[in-house]
Amino acid sequence: MQALIDEFPVILQAFWLTIRLTLASGAVALVLGTILAAMRVSPLPVLRGVGTVYVNVVRNTPLTLVIVFCGLGLGTVLEVSFSTSLSTNYMWLSIIGLSAYTAAFVCEAIRAGINTVPVGQAEAARAIGLTFGQNLRLIVLPQAFRAVVAPLGSILIALTKNTTIAAAIGVTEASLTMKALFERHGDAVVPIFCGFALGFLVLTLPTGLLFSWLSKRLAVIR
Amino acid sequence: MTAVTGERRPARRRVQGSDPMNVLYDVPGPRARIRNNVLTVLVILAVLFAVYVMVTKLGEKKQLDPALWTPFLRGDVWVNLIVPGLLNTLAAAAVASLIAVPFGFVFGIARLSEHAVIRLAAGAVVEFFRAIPLLIMIFAVMFGGSAIFGLTVTPFTAVVVGLVLYNGSVLAEIVRAGILAVPRGQGEAALAIGLRKSQVMWMILLPQAVTAMMPAIVAQLVVLLKDTALGFIVSFEDLLNAGARVLPSNFNNIIPSVIVIAIVYIIINLAVGAVAVWLERRSRRSRKTAAQPIARPGSPSAVEAIAQPIVHPDSSDAVEGHPKRPTM
Repeated sequence: MQALIDEFPVILQAFWLTIRLTLASGAVALVLGTILAAMRVSPLPVLRGVGTVYVNVVRNTPLTLVIVFCGLGLGTVLEVSFSTSLSTNYMWLSIIGLSAYTAAFVCEAIRAGINTVPVGQAEAARAIGLTFGQNLRLIVLPQAFRAVVAPLGSILIALTKNTTIAAAIGVTEASLTMKALFERHGDAVVPIFCGFALGFLVLTLPTGLLFSWLSKRLAVIR
Repeated sequence: MTAVTGERRPARRRVQGSDPMNVLYDVPGPRARIRNNVLTVLVILAVLFAVYVMVTKLGEKKQLDPALWTPFLRGDVWVNLIVPGLLNTLAAAAVASLIAVPFGFVFGIARLSEHAVIRLAAGAVVEFFRAIPLLIMIFAVMFGGSAIFGLTVTPFTAVVVGLVLYNGSVLAEIVRAGILAVPRGQGEAALAIGLRKSQVMWMILLPQAVTAMMPAIVAQLVVLLKDTALGFIVSFEDLLNAGARVLPSNFNNIIPSVIVIAIVYIIINLAVGAVAVWLERRSRRSRKTAAQPIARPGSPSAVEAIAQPIVHPDSSDAVEGHPKRPTM
């Protein structure tokens, strides 16, 4: 218990990095995922094909591999650089990996959301002469988003937990910090574990509650 | 001219128009078709450009050097490095699946128990292990095992225990949803003809629930298989370890290795995923169960929306059945 109190600032810092990784990757993934979903329902077979290949490739690749590729492949070999500070650079590389991976799931969720929009809506939009882009932007996507608030919340929670995998390329977020604390305080494994587990509960439970509340509020009444 | 082409089109238009998937846009007319063709060419050019940029970038960094790629043409590289890693990955996945599935059934059924103690205890276990990251669990097993019990925990054990606890908990949710998906009348009728509670579960509910949840279970096993790659972080000698540590240390070819390993993973997962899709189709038209196929928690549809395009009038149930916690 003492270890937990002594190391509290370190733990707080680790979780702060976890939160930043989650928010940054979540934002990028939401944008990228929406674009992918639009591609997958577009009139152009090429776009649909590109979207489908992306989703199926990324979804069937382990996230650890994606992150390792971003860190060692993009970072070390191809020398993609965001910052002169090594740790900041690896943070951004892991954000790329996390967003690229999460975007595939966001895309599938939104696509499922598009399925919930009654066909009549899209037909009416077409009938008054809206183009595919207008139809999607003005009629279908706004309703689809409201339908998938809860699944998007699930994806955000999964992302929060997945940020731990950035440990694979040495980003000192919560899990790697926990490992370091285990090594430093071998006698306090249980309290440290409980502390970190609690930390993740504190992050994920409110997210779940918030999103299920939002999904009820934003639900389209049909 | 336009009249002629215009007259030919209706036949095709009717065929495409009857396709319920394309309600988002009209069947293209002459102008739209020209525009679509132009856009298609532009997209193809953009993709080719992206590929070109990647290839030049890889070339600049000497990543296209044949020496980095030829190892994958050698039998001994596969036999000595990749296949052992793959076997470890498959072994971990198989052992974890074999324990996680019964774990899921026990806890899923326990969560439906009439005794509040059993129900709450099972609920606490399931919710806890779904809420914390798998990697945290794996670290805890490795360090906890030696620090508390004085055991030497191998990475294999740590990975398997973590996978069992996490995926078992997700499977418990699937089992619970599967049993709840069996229409109530089935259980009531069984009770009415005098079956005991356990008989109702074993003879009436479970057989129907299993059919409904098989696709979700198989889809979850893909997640489990993918998650074995977390073992890389605790130095488990799995497929990812072969591709991201062993091969690059021998041939200094991290990018080619990771790409080849990724292809192996993708092929295996697509194969297992295809089984899930096949099972879902089968269970959708099954007459052995009154329950509809259920969704894997956190996935957009019963089996993640692999089905082709979009806006099916009859698939509006796609996002329903979403328990609040995810699986990715």
